[in-house]
Amino acid sequence: MTINRRTVLYGLATGLAAPRIAWAAPVSDNAGRAIAVPQKVERVFAAGPPAAILLYTFAPELLLGWTRRPAPAECVFLGAGACDKPEVGRLTGRGNTTNLEVLLNLKPDLIVDVGTINNTYISLADRVQTQTGIPYALLDGRFAAIAATYRKLGELTHRQSQGETFAKYAESTVATIKARVDQIPQDKRPRVYYARGPRGLETGLGGSINVETIEFLGARNVAGDRKGGMATVSVEQILAWNPDVIVTIEPAFAASVRSDTVWATISAVKTGRIYLSPRLPFGWVDFPPSVNRLIGLWWLAKALYPDQFPEDLGPLARDFYRQFYHVDLTGAQLDRVLSGQN
Amino acid sequence: MSRSSVPGMLIALAVLIAALLFAFTVGRYPAGLGDLFHVIAAKLAGRPSGVPHAAIDVLLRIRGPRVLAAVLVGSALAIAGAAFQGLFRNPLVSPDLLGASSGAALGTVLGIYFSLGAFAIEATAFAGGLAAVGAVYLIGSAMRARDPILLLVLTGVVIGALLGAGVGLVKYVADPYNQLPAMTFWLLGSLAATTASDLVPLVGPVALGTLVLLALRWRMNVMSLPDEEARALGVPTGPLRIAIIAAATLVTSASVATAGIVGWVGLVVPHIARTLVGPDFARLVLAAALLGGGFLLAIDTVARTATATEIPLGILTALVGTPFFIWLLAGMAKTWS
Repeated sequence: MTINRRTVLYGLATGLAAPRIAWAAPVSDNAGRAIAVPQKVERVFAAGPPAAILLYTFAPELLLGWTRRPAPAECVFLGAGACDKPEVGRLTGRGNTTNLEVLLNLKPDLIVDVGTINNTYISLADRVQTQTGIPYALLDGRFAAIAATYRKLGELTHRQSQGETFAKYAESTVATIKARVDQIPQDKRPRVYYARGPRGLETGLGGSINVETIEFLGARNVAGDRKGGMATVSVEQILAWNPDVIVTIEPAFAASVRSDTVWATISAVKTGRIYLSPRLPFGWVDFPPSVNRLIGLWWLAKALYPDQFPEDLGPLARDFYRQFYHVDLTGAQLDRVLSGQN
Repeated sequence: MSRSSVPGMLIALAVLIAALLFAFTVGRYPAGLGDLFHVIAAKLAGRPSGVPHAAIDVLLRIRGPRVLAAVLVGSALAIAGAAFQGLFRNPLVSPDLLGASSGAALGTVLGIYFSLGAFAIEATAFAGGLAAVGAVYLIGSAMRARDPILLLVLTGVVIGALLGAGVGLVKYVADPYNQLPAMTFWLLGSLAATTASDLVPLVGPVALGTLVLLALRWRMNVMSLPDEEARALGVPTGPLRIAIIAAATLVTSASVATAGIVGWVGLVVPHIARTLVGPDFARLVLAAALLGGGFLLAIDTVARTATATEIPLGILTALVGTPFFIWLLAGMAKTWS
């Protein structure tokens, strides 16, 4: 009796969850899990913002919806129709806001999450995969892994050549910049303070994802001696550090710090080396931690090593926005992006 | 002042002075009290001090305002705690009993959510604290009950829970990369961002509230008697209660707006003050102010000097406050049985 019931339920479940799907050979994701992907992948669910951005850049038509729909100011810098996609919530990570029934209703062929790979995310992915019957792939979200992540995404969606194109772009950008940075002796590399928060007193500690690209470029993060995530520091501590460069994502702070008497003695303020990161449609240095930081690498390299990077950012940004964000920037739009304002 | 309270008051004063000396001497930037004396002496003698300008800047513009803010916030919370413990005739009451902290928390997370400037966020926190206590008082006193105090406390608990849910909702919908960390940092309490201009909105309300409480000191002593006895002595308990709650709330909201949520000070310090100078309200308030200022200043000095990054005040005060609270409960358990 029990065997009968189980067989019937199993038949029902497989019949409902996977109706007449032809499966391709399993692909191993970045966590080393074997993912059985359908032969045709046309609908992909992004589990969080980094995955949504990665998918959008790779192939907007695959992306089922945004974790959070971009704001109107951001939509201007995305291709036509990008913001018509629904808001579908977050599947894993800090707070799960996706309803699994909504997820099933969207009929994804594949779920993709991009970010840290650890046992928490592996078990969450396994659970959703078992519960929904939808293959769930985990991709490496580290900045250094961008090219490999594009290739893996190409493999998972059977668009290998497309993945290769994006991977090549990322590799050549990183290689060009890295080659020049490697020539710069340690003592010529600036000491950088990364400022966040309304008063600029929140910063990323060494190894945190927030300062990943700053450290990737070989600059010395003044808060880097301690490892960890975000932390608050005092103005006194920043004066003691006396950074050569301040990189920030806060327009209000960037505007006020130049005239703030308390900050006036800091080397970066004296020399005017305060850089406000562009943020449209996605941040250039910090968040979301996805491929949006690739164009930020040029910007950051110029800010940190102006002599070694004389390039005009305009053509580089235009090129990146065309290929990754599927939008042609007008001159005014380019100025708006580079200004760092909202 | 009776003779028996003098040693206690001196101890409280010594704690504050010791904390002040300690706080000015240490810091992440190499500048200390010695530099300050050099500068003052040189100014008086009309010659250059030889102390680098940056060191003076640190002492006067960064460390100085922060030290003052720590003393003011600690004093304010301790005074408000002493007033509430007397008013509610309960030793386990803290100044956020009627929702001042939860209201300020909601005000702040909303301010961060709407990306307001630093000062506007402080203003929303202050307004949130006042509005929450105002709502609790209106709702609590609209109901007729035999025990109006109990009703007020219960209303405070309920409204506090509602505001807590509001904070949770705003955190839930906030941008997880940028706004959520800012909210978390604020809710843990910190004086890292204090500047001289932050002192203005802090000093005014704290001074006003403290003066009101000190002016009511005799009546405050009577308020610790049951309502009927207080009325029999000719004290109008209703209006007086409003005045005390308003004064304590003003003081609490201003401190929470500046420092974020700093628990335990308002709960623990009044008890220490009481053991030092006895239950008379005027002396209690004075001793609590001295001790609270010294205590929070010492905590904040540890918070800003122990590591290169700040340790949230709420965490440090809880580490100190929890053992004390358990000790307090153990003592009370004896009297209950």
